[in-house]
Amino acid sequence: MSLPNVEQVLNELAQNLNRYLQEQDIEQPLLIGIRTGGVWVAERLQQILKIEESGSLDISFYRDDFTRKGLHPQVQGSDLPDTVEDRHIVLVDDVIMSGRTIRAGMNELFDYGRPASITLVCLLDIGRRELPIQPDLCGAKLSLSEDELIKLSGPQPLTITLA
Amino acid sequence: MIINPCNVQLTADGRLKHFLTTEGLSKALLTEILDTADSFISTQEREIKKVPLLRGKTVVNLFFENSTRTRSTFELAAKRLSADILNLDIARSATSKGETLMDTLWNLEAMYSDVFVVRHADSGAAHFIAEQVTPNVAIINAGDGRHAHPTQAMLDMLTIRRHKGSIEGKVVAVVGDILHSRVARSQIHALNTLGAAEVRVIGPRTLLPRDIGGLGCKVFYKLEDGLKDCDVVIMLRLQKERMQDALLPSGSEFYKRYGLTVDKLKLAKPDAIVMHPGPINRGVEIESTVADGAQSVILNQVSYGIAVRMAVMAMAMSGQQQERNERAQAQGEL
Repeated sequence: MSLPNVEQVLNELAQNLNRYLQEQDIEQPLLIGIRTGGVWVAERLQQILKIEESGSLDISFYRDDFTRKGLHPQVQGSDLPDTVEDRHIVLVDDVIMSGRTIRAGMNELFDYGRPASITLVCLLDIGRRELPIQPDLCGAKLSLSEDELIKLSGPQPLTITLA
Repeated sequence: MIINPCNVQLTADGRLKHFLTTEGLSKALLTEILDTADSFISTQEREIKKVPLLRGKTVVNLFFENSTRTRSTFELAAKRLSADILNLDIARSATSKGETLMDTLWNLEAMYSDVFVVRHADSGAAHFIAEQVTPNVAIINAGDGRHAHPTQAMLDMLTIRRHKGSIEGKVVAVVGDILHSRVARSQIHALNTLGAAEVRVIGPRTLLPRDIGGLGCKVFYKLEDGLKDCDVVIMLRLQKERMQDALLPSGSEFYKRYGLTVDKLKLAKPDAIVMHPGPINRGVEIESTVADGAQSVILNQVSYGIAVRMAVMAMAMSGQQQERNERAQAQGEL
């Protein structure tokens, strides 16, 4: 199958996010990327939309597959502003699949405080959901065959490949 | 095949499954412990300090020897990983009623414990338990005799890395009672593996093991000589019972020659940091002004201790989990 152009998808996603934030009356969103790919996408969205504050989330300590896979050997840690209390958060990931990463990410966010809202933004949606979690905005939907996975490389340039 | 006694703490693919000693562990693995601990420091600064990593696991603090600080930081570390923790003061319970070590262990295993944190007066105790214990249980050495105290050494490494940028290229002096110190041995191994430029030990002849140079360190008998140009000065606690063994004339005599005072600290680099595993004896091994001074990072060490203990418990549990899965898979394939 043909893969979409990342830059084009990113720009469209940024415009959609801009419109969405205006509709929701969110003036100072806090952009938080999930490591590693989500951080790259968040950085680009931040540049395009000139959003002031951002952070990154490492969900290694919140994964639900610790008993299966153990601890990821390269935990980088989360880097968030002092508080997320009452903030409007835009949570960004590169690819949404099962929804488990997002669940872990939201659980972690709540250990930092009680956000006013969370908007979920994903660059690509490849379906195969296992949890009732859907992005509010997504750059492109892809339908892959069962044995295919998608991989984002970056940060400069951002490219997607089939794996 | 060369059998490395440290291999008992590693899985077949070289990941941690027990943490018994820093000796023989690779630079990559020690660095992984420090990196993981670094991530846990950031979770400690949050309002909600717990992460759900070891939820449902049971950690048993098995202290055959008294300790307050190490035991309580292990307890906090386990709690902040969301594990349940059981504190057993063996020194005052079962073994004093005549139960053997193995009987105590089998009883604890029967309670479905997942991690044993072991402190014992005999060198090699944690290693022995790791060899005897049923699969799936991780053993963390919280100090065995004069042999090793690896979590203390790693929290010291983390302290150096956070305050001096890295361990590589640094000149580090360990001062005091090296002979009886399990901390010193673990530190020397970790410092050398992590690339310290020079590891120095400083103390009176009676408190330095004769073969200590063989561990990869330079020996100094005069504090003034050894402190010159150091980046890091680690003071060890002087155990008062040593004076009863006639290894030392008196506390005041020791302080005069080996106590770290403001004046002596000036011999080290101006930005040198001062560390101490605690509890400190003010006026015995360290002057109060130094212990409370700008160069002292003694209290930071305590905070880092929790993060390091979280890291090794999580990593060892992770290694155990992997082995358990591999065993299950192998059984499934039979």
